[in-house]
Formats: sequence, C-alpha cells, structure tokens
Amino acid sequence: MKIIVSIKQVPDTSGKVSVNPDGTLDRASMQTITNPDDMNALEAALKIKDATGCKVIVVTMGPAPAAGMLREALAMGADEAYLASGREFGGSDTYATSQILAAAINTIGVEKDDIVMCGRQAIDGDTAQVGPQIAEKLHLPQVTYAADIQKDGDTITVRRMLEDGYMTIKVKTPCLITCIKELNTPRYMSVSGVFEAYSKPMTTFDYEALKDDPLIDKTTIGLKGSPTNIFKSFTPPQKGAGIMLEGNDRATCDKLASILLEKHII
Amino acid sequence: MNSNFNSSDIGAFKDVWVFCEQREGKLMPTDFELISKGRDLANELGVNLCGLLLGDDVDGIAKELGGYGADKVYVCNHPLLKVYTTDGYAKVICDVISDLKPEAFLIGATNIGRDLGPRCAARLHTGLCADCTHLDVDVPNYIEFLRGASTLDVDSMKWDMGDRNLKMTRPAFGGHLMATIICPRFRPCMATVRPGVMKKNAFDQAKADACEIVHPDFTLSESDFETEVTEVVKAAKKLVDLIGADYIVSVGRGISKDVEGGIKLAEELAAELGGVVGGSRATIDSGWLSADHQVGQTGKTVHPKVYIALGISGAIQHKAGMQDSECIIAVNKNDTAPIFEIADYGICGDLFKVTPMLTEAIRAAKASK
Repeated sequence: MKIIVSIKQVPDTSGKVSVNPDGTLDRASMQTITNPDDMNALEAALKIKDATGCKVIVVTMGPAPAAGMLREALAMGADEAYLASGREFGGSDTYATSQILAAAINTIGVEKDDIVMCGRQAIDGDTAQVGPQIAEKLHLPQVTYAADIQKDGDTITVRRMLEDGYMTIKVKTPCLITCIKELNTPRYMSVSGVFEAYSKPMTTFDYEALKDDPLIDKTTIGLKGSPTNIFKSFTPPQKGAGIMLEGNDRATCDKLASILLEKHII
Repeated sequence: MNSNFNSSDIGAFKDVWVFCEQREGKLMPTDFELISKGRDLANELGVNLCGLLLGDDVDGIAKELGGYGADKVYVCNHPLLKVYTTDGYAKVICDVISDLKPEAFLIGATNIGRDLGPRCAARLHTGLCADCTHLDVDVPNYIEFLRGASTLDVDSMKWDMGDRNLKMTRPAFGGHLMATIICPRFRPCMATVRPGVMKKNAFDQAKADACEIVHPDFTLSESDFETEVTEVVKAAKKLVDLIGADYIVSVGRGISKDVEGGIKLAEELAAELGGVVGGSRATIDSGWLSADHQVGQTGKTVHPKVYIALGISGAIQHKAGMQDSECIIAVNKNDTAPIFEIADYGICGDLFKVTPMLTEAIRAAKASK
C-alpha cells in the first residue's frame, strides 16, 4: 500500500506581495512555501504511514527549484519524491496541469489499495480544480474538503465539510481525497529527517519521460494545450482614501454618527 | 456520455445554462444570483437561459427559477440524486450536456459546486474558471467594467468588438491581481461563480408561470456509484448570514488583548445597527470566531451598506472580501494601517475605548431622528 501526495510550491501571498508594472506578479521578490492545504494532505498521509507502515510518495509539477520543497517533504517523513518539470509543461491551466500530474501518478502506478491525496486548493490560484481533475483523469472516485479521514482496511470514511454542516462519505481504495486545514496540524521536519532526506530517491519526469502516457501529448498540455487562456490581467485601483476623523473621543463618535444619519446610512 | 460529443465543435453549442443546486429539496440563494446574471449573458448572446436542476421529485421548486429569468428548466429526478454525490451528479450532468450542448455553463462556487465543476470540465474536455466575481460577453460592457475596476488604459488598447467569448474575471494571488479568463476553443465555457457577488433580479410571478419544465433523457443506476453518503449533518449552531447582512461589524487581531471583550463590543455595535459580526482571517485561524464569520478572499465576499472594521489592519486578502461595501468605517490604533486607505471614515484609536462610544453615539443619533 502507498499514498501519493500531490503538492505545490507557491508564492507566500500572506507576506509582502509586489506586482510588476505590467500587472504580473513579481515572483522573484517573493518567498516560496509549500502550499498550506498540501501540508495537511502530507500530514494525513504520514499519519496513515505511522499507523500502517505504508509508503508515502510526494509528487509535484514545477520548475527545478521545486526540488527544494520535495526535500522538505522527504525530511518530514515521505519516502520518495517525483518532480514533473519541463518547458513543455509551462503555462498549463488546471486542466493541462491535472493531465500532467495524472500522467506522472500513472507512471508511478496506482494500485488497488493506494490513496492519492491533494490539498483542497493552492493559495496562488485558489481554484480547487486540480485535485478533482486528476481524479477524473485517473478514473478514481474523489472526496473533497476532508476534515477527518478514518481508514479501515480498504474502506476510507471521510468527514466532508459543507458550508452548513458535513457529510460522512465512505469510499474504497483506490481513491483521491482533497484535504483542508481543519484535518490536522502538519509536523515539523526532524533533524534526523533532514539528514535522511538527502539519501531518499528523487526522480525528475520531463516531457520525454511522460509523453507515452495516453493522457498527454503536446496538444493537451502547456500554454497551447490549455482550454483556458488569460485574456487580461490587471490590478484593482486603489479606492481614494476617505476622511480621517480628528480625535477618538465621544465627540468624534457623535460627529461620525451625525454624518451617517445625514447620509441616511443609519 | 454521448459518444458523438466533441467539445471543440464550438458552432454546435447554444444557450446559457445554470446549475441550480438544491439541498434537502430547497434551492440555494446562489441559484437566483446565477440565474439573474445568466439572464444578462443570454440576452447579450441572443439565446435562451436554462436552469439545470437535479434531485428527487424536485419539479415543484423549478418554476421559481423562471421568476428570476430562466426561460426553461431542465429537471432530472431520480432517487439516487436526492443527496449530492460527485459520482451521480457528474454522470447525469455530463450525459445531459453532451446531448443538449449549452455554450456556457455556470455553477455556484459552493463546496458542492467546486467539487462538481472541475470533475465535469475534465470529463467534457473543456475549460473552467474558478470562483468568478464578474462575467461579460459584450466587449463594450467589459470595457466599461475595466474602466472602473482596473488601472488599465482601456482607451489606448485595441479591441475586437465582435468577440463573443465569455469573459470570466476572478481574483488571483489572494486578491493582489485580477485575471480575466476566456475559453476560446472549447464548449461549454464553464465558470464557478462566487456566492453573494451577482445581484439577484426582482422576482416576477408571470415569468415564473411561463417557465417551461423539461425532463431530459439520462440513465443512472447503483453501479454508477463508487462513494456512499452515509449521513448529512447540519451544523447545530445557526450560521451567521454575512452575505445577506446590511451592516457588518468585523473584528481583527486588534482584539487580542481581550478577545471575549472585543467580540462583545462588536456584537453590541452590530445589534444597535441590526447587523452581524464578522472577522478577519487572523480571528478565524486563532479560533476566536468560527469559520462562517470570515470575510476575505478565503472567506466570504460581502457588500453591506456599512462595514465597520475594528482592529483590522487591512491585509489585501481581507480587503478583497469587503472593499465593495457601500460605506467603510475603520477603527485602528495604527494610523498607517492599510485599512484606512479604503475606509470612507477612519478613527485612529483604541477599539476598546472607541467602540462603546460609537455604539452610544449611533443610538443617540437614531433616537434624534
């Protein structure tokens, strides 16, 4: 049995973000992190490994520096890492990305008692689309928004969150689960884990390595193969600053209340 | 799925469809928002607007969708569609879409819509844009939108006025950037749409009465299911209705020195206004407020009449969820807090001192009316 966890390196949008004059993100100036929801997916996989001794494999698509993120996942306790990286993959939308990741996961191989895990969504795009699209391409049942995962033999019971409650869903392996932050608290890398990470196997899949998979060819991946394209990108205008009221006492509050009353806002 | 279906034969597709989500046999508020927006898009394209409703014996709720603008509602009834499952819903929707070929398909970006949309788009081999906040077909409308919503110099740009692609705009990178996405080579063009953003039309009973109900062909059996829903549990506590609120008083990290006290002050101010309490991501991540209170890019997008931000610095991801409020009032100790850049009225001071005075002042002002 093994668990394949799909993770992504993303710019840390909670920190300082700078935008180029042409409206694109200045990635060079930003810190990168492992996408937060993906850390919950990895932790869920490592917990099952702690209990069953199964193998945990991490996979990502990205440029060469994403290998650093994979090493961190190995240091947390994953056993093997795969990096799908190639010029042909650049500019992929979620559809094309999911084809490439599905081809990579297919090449690693999904067997009867395996699980594929993803974070719910990445903080750069916030789409939550790649997980379900990998599941569709691999013909696996999916359960998204997992806040609790219990494994009993080949049956997985998931608490799937809704806005106004939850569903309990039973699914058999192999399956794909997307994870949310309520699921767990990701562990830290251990010192011994950091040492061991460098002796664990890491494989790079370029286009040549994946092109024989029926899911991908040059017409279904990269910028040209992506069904969606960016038509325009832009930054929202700064709303003009309003009125800074003088003082912060009762008189100030009375002034504000009278303005709101005059404008029929209250 | 219809084996003759070809998503790249774009001339074969017609009409705008909206997936109308029901839970426990009741339509979701987002359905009416999407039907209303879908009406505009169908008018721009000169085609019909159709709802797609799945459930068990749900004909009775379909006509209401006509009152907000649907010409027709396709209803798929089956006992196995009573509760949402990815397996059952994706199967039926892809069957029906591959037969009837709508050119655009909108889905509410709820936890269910965001599970269903990508699965269907991958099966149909078409593009899907997630969590849209603005939709256009006509280029002049889109240009007018950009004029207000961007810093682009639209007048010096070249435009193809005959462009009929659905232009789907959404925030990215936590709201730092906006992107407009198109899907030029495949149909249907699919979008999930953020709840609470599109304005609902006024209900028209005559249009509801005239709305046509159609039952399209589909097949579904137990063997189509690989997952089993064993229970659906509603949250015991009543969730706060941020999206429907006219007045929102939100708290941020500034309440940290007395969390309970800070929330109580916000509740008192909200009660005086007849509104509800919201919170920034920090207050949810710290466990001070439950997730249904969260305003922002990763929470809810709100546009109340008045938004009062207490002790919220105004990170861009928060601003993305509230900057379209009609009137923004900010109280913060730090006079350089970014929230003041978008506030209509700012008070630099300690929220623990200012808030009770503001509550009193508003009470007094209302009494003087």
